[in-house]
Amino acid sequence: MSASGADPALLVDGLVVRFGQLEAVGGVSFAVAPGEVFGLLGPNGAGKTTIIRVLTTLLAPTEGRALVAGFDVRKEGLAVRASIGYIPQAISVDGALTAYENLDFYGRVTGVPRRERRERMTEAIETMELAPMLDRLARTLSGGMLRRLEIASALLNRPEVLFLDEPTVGLDPTARGMVWERLQALGVQAGTTILVTTHVMEEAERHCDRLGVIDRGRLVEQGAPAELVARHGVETLEEVFTTVTGRPIGEQGNEDEGRLSDVRAQRRVARRLG
Amino acid sequence: MSAPSAASPAASADRRRPQALSMGPLARMAEGTLAMVQAEMRKLRHDYLDIVTRSVQPLLWLFIFGTAMRNNRALTLGTLDYRAYLAPGVMAQAAMFIAIFFGLAIIWERDVGQLQRLLATPLPRTSIVLGKAAGACVRTLVQALLLLAVLAAAGIGVRWSVTGVIGTLAMLMLGTAAFACMSMLLAAAVKERERFMGIGQLIMMPLFFASSALYPLKVMPGWLHVIARVNPLTYEVQGLRQMLVGVGGSGEVWLDFLVVAAFFAVMLLAATRAYPKAIV
Repeated sequence: MSASGADPALLVDGLVVRFGQLEAVGGVSFAVAPGEVFGLLGPNGAGKTTIIRVLTTLLAPTEGRALVAGFDVRKEGLAVRASIGYIPQAISVDGALTAYENLDFYGRVTGVPRRERRERMTEAIETMELAPMLDRLARTLSGGMLRRLEIASALLNRPEVLFLDEPTVGLDPTARGMVWERLQALGVQAGTTILVTTHVMEEAERHCDRLGVIDRGRLVEQGAPAELVARHGVETLEEVFTTVTGRPIGEQGNEDEGRLSDVRAQRRVARRLG
Repeated sequence: MSAPSAASPAASADRRRPQALSMGPLARMAEGTLAMVQAEMRKLRHDYLDIVTRSVQPLLWLFIFGTAMRNNRALTLGTLDYRAYLAPGVMAQAAMFIAIFFGLAIIWERDVGQLQRLLATPLPRTSIVLGKAAGACVRTLVQALLLLAVLAAAGIGVRWSVTGVIGTLAMLMLGTAAFACMSMLLAAAVKERERFMGIGQLIMMPLFFASSALYPLKVMPGWLHVIARVNPLTYEVQGLRQMLVGVGGSGEVWLDFLVVAAFFAVMLLAATRAYPKAIV
């Protein structure tokens, strides 16, 4: 699937985000077609989360334009928020509530009409295979189950675009596979557009329709995984990354980034999911 | 999903309105706040022991400190049992503790992801702050009912009346909502969670001691009296005392309500502006 054809579900044009002197995002442009799974790939601190925060209206861009489901994130923030699902990297379900209660809560706060709520919940429970764990407190669920519960809760408002920030951090390989499988099914079956960030090459290669490679706040390459590999005449995405940035993805791109609080937060998430 | 549309997405004026916006802003706000209140009630049902353990501290104040000071006539305002005088102060303090720690706890890792998500929903921002404050009120309400039951069982000289009890609960919830918003404001300023506990104590204890919770304003030295006069907790306690035991400060319960309500309004506005920024 390519970004040409129908109106893009996501359109980012010359996006710049500055925090004081620090330029976190420096002129990023890309488009994502409806139903596409688009991955933002890059090391920690590359600016992936900042881009997601702009697209989910949590952060105002310094320059540039971004349209989500056709709505401008600057001028039509409310309409954007009504059209999306967002799963941050930090755990967003409440551990002190059961899985069912968490779904009910998100159904209400995302503005799902009362008469449709039950039906939507049943649908999401089926899609994410949550039936056996509905009455368990979320804090007793495994990492993979928690992520599935989060995705289910983000589907209740039938979002046009679903944003996921590092959804597989802290999960074991089986749970990772399950999460990706569900996400891809969403794109195919419900036509949901998915924007996902990851720093795991292998996942990006296997599960995303197209990728944007982010390094130091810039989009340095984009295309389908196979296309990227072919374009640079290499074997793997990892080599693509090394070719376009001049260093392997394991090395921190920017020493100012990946602050203690970020690293600590990431480890906390990993610990709770693990 | 990919419905054909001739115009570019930015220009198409006829594109459909997202379904979540079929409810007006007030309806969305009410729905969101109620959802948060219900979530809090469900949490309490799963873990009711929390409220019981939190009620130990006010009971210690009441039965140990209160009993020890019982015969100090300066504190008892004449013939009144000091424990009856102390009860409203201790209830207000317990409610304030719930509010302050509730507000601080929500910036902890537990809910940070949840709050980020809430900010990315069509829920009005006031509703997020209001919903969290209302969640604290649910806890206060349950604890207050528990404390009132203990007062009744212990035969402490409270003047029981339906309006007094309803007024007491209303005042406690208003105070809790205000202090919960203050706490969210504080959480916005202090992002390091290691500091929360220290700063929480630093704010709570002076508010408690520089109020009429433990002793009448007239036994205070001049400088403390001045501080107590601008402390909203003083008005909350005065109102409670007036409604529960029939003595208090000015004797004007409406004035006490007005001061606490004004404090709540200011804190709600400030927290709505500052708090969401602290999460992102």
